[in-house]
Amino acid sequence: MPPSPTRPQTLFDKLWQRHLVDETPDGEALLYVDRHLVYEVTSPQAFEGLRLAGRKPWRAATVLATTDHNVPTTRAQRISVEHIADPLSRQQVRQLDINCREFGITEFGLGRIEQGIIHVVGPEQGATLPGMTVVAGDSHTSTHGAFGALAFGVGTSDVEHVLATQTLAIKPMRRMLVRVEGELPAGVGAKDLILHIIGRIGTAGATGCAIEFAGSTITALSMEGRMTVCNMAIEAGARVGLVGVDDKTIAYLKDRPYAPHGALWDAAVADWRTLHTDPGAEFDRTLEIDARELRPMVTWGTSPEMVVPIDGRVPDPAQESDPVRRASMRQALAYMGLQPGTPMTEIAIDKVFIGSCTNARIEDLRAAAAVVAGRQVASNVRQALVVPGSGLVKAQAEAEGLDRIFQDAGFEWREPGCSMCLGMNDDRLAPGERCASTSNRNFEGRQGPGGRSHLVSPALAAAAAIAGHFIEPNRE
Amino acid sequence: MTPFTRLQALVVPLDRANVDTDAIIPKQFMKSIRRTGFGDNLFDEWRYLDRGEPGQDVSRRPLNPDFALNQPRYAGAQILLARENFGCGSSREHAPWALRDYGIRALIAPSFADIFHGNCFKNGLLPIRLDAATVERLFQRVRTEPGFALDLDLAGQVITLPDGERIGFEVDAARKHRLLNGLDDIGLTLQRAERIRAYETRRAAAEPWLFA
Repeated sequence: MPPSPTRPQTLFDKLWQRHLVDETPDGEALLYVDRHLVYEVTSPQAFEGLRLAGRKPWRAATVLATTDHNVPTTRAQRISVEHIADPLSRQQVRQLDINCREFGITEFGLGRIEQGIIHVVGPEQGATLPGMTVVAGDSHTSTHGAFGALAFGVGTSDVEHVLATQTLAIKPMRRMLVRVEGELPAGVGAKDLILHIIGRIGTAGATGCAIEFAGSTITALSMEGRMTVCNMAIEAGARVGLVGVDDKTIAYLKDRPYAPHGALWDAAVADWRTLHTDPGAEFDRTLEIDARELRPMVTWGTSPEMVVPIDGRVPDPAQESDPVRRASMRQALAYMGLQPGTPMTEIAIDKVFIGSCTNARIEDLRAAAAVVAGRQVASNVRQALVVPGSGLVKAQAEAEGLDRIFQDAGFEWREPGCSMCLGMNDDRLAPGERCASTSNRNFEGRQGPGGRSHLVSPALAAAAAIAGHFIEPNRE
Repeated sequence: MTPFTRLQALVVPLDRANVDTDAIIPKQFMKSIRRTGFGDNLFDEWRYLDRGEPGQDVSRRPLNPDFALNQPRYAGAQILLARENFGCGSSREHAPWALRDYGIRALIAPSFADIFHGNCFKNGLLPIRLDAATVERLFQRVRTEPGFALDLDLAGQVITLPDGERIGFEVDAARKHRLLNGLDDIGLTLQRAERIRAYETRRAAAEPWLFA
């Protein structure tokens, strides 16, 4: 369907044109939506809006729902919806069941093995495919761009708009290329790479942009690594992260439940192979990264851009010339209870969280388990949680014996959900508690009021759990 | 949606960069299945000295006297003045719902995060981008001039200061039109239903696996 290009196009351009239903004279596009992922927290008001207006979903078959944000992760509360202790969470989860039944939407609810974090479930089911537009009422929808899909988060009004019309009214984004070349050093992974990029350009560095990640380093990443990178594009201000389609993309999707089969699969693959940026296509901005220089990263502050290498120190606001930034740094250090100049490796932790849509896939759990195997969580660590991204990830990990490795070391092995990434359920930090977390946001109060979050990779979180403080993996 | 045409109102300053949507409305208040009632918990962790949970009687909670929204001089303010990258983080529309429910109708900052910016327009909130130097000047004036108010005219795209100084601002034409007239986005899009159906027919021919 894309018009024959007269000049080289970026992947973003190809995806945009493919979904253009209509355009207004002022440049606002009506974009068609192929896949809509729904969960319990940002959808109830949208379904209520449909009900009040007497509207139905335009194409219910494109919608896939699951519960993730506020579900408990302890087994006793997962027997059924009625076992959820918090009445407000129970009401939201129950309301999603009601809404999906009423509007004819497939839901992977509690008790189903497919249930899990929506950004883990979509790709795992093959519900995210190259060339699609994927939206959800969650900013980390950028994750799905790893498949050469145009994927972004929306608010609840847009959730309702997509349900009712299968489209979104939206302005084009600027195109930004982040080219990463070279081999990542040992112990440095996708999470360290994206934290480094956010540290370089800042949390507003790519506002208004769709970032395409390309180069030999990105090509060498697994699909799960690419998802981790695209997941946190939003933490650099970009609504969209993208990676072009290659053999790895196609191999990952083959035989997934929602992926096409037979002759349709062959036709789809032929089409998907065109979903990459043409040589010579122009971007509005380009950032070059040399992967060989990267180190394992740890955040020190209350914004993902406040990040240093593991062998770095807490920075000194007195050396910052910009007054607004200086004030932000001072506020962050006061909140985090840290002194300028402290080596990151001397910061002790109280809790460890391995999970979230950034890092709760099987490779993440394998990387953490490899560090943990045969060792014990340090005595100063009050709680170390592993929360798999979905029921299928959990089952796979158990088949590989990873659950035993974690539990033998003193970790708790939980049921799938967003859990302590945002602390909507009982998995929270207490005021003042410091956490090594594989999640994506270290905002004030994000993991619990007064909690102090440090964002790290799964391997580094595991190493910190064993050492009781931040430390380079395999040096603990 | 309530139309936004003109607003003459007090300004309250929030002097922090990168104010995220977790700070605007903390997650424990997102368990509601309604769009209203979030205003009492706007900026909950900065506004109150105790820990906020759903269902509290907020009139009995201890207020943080240092937080601008709690200061009597800014009582009734409907314009929030902020710093760079306001509204970053989560896509939660509960953030603009909380601002609206509290009584805020317009925001002024050097920059806003994309998703939050779009969500504002869908809820009758006007986010205005001004250059950092102008925002800094407004911060100085709101601090030094008690009762500092602005007159925002969306149709004319101009802000008038108490001394008559006028500052123009940019706003996307389509969003301006919808905000001025309080139009329902879904109703407008459904007027183009035939185009959506025609698109689906073309697309199903080109990519049949998406319509199988």
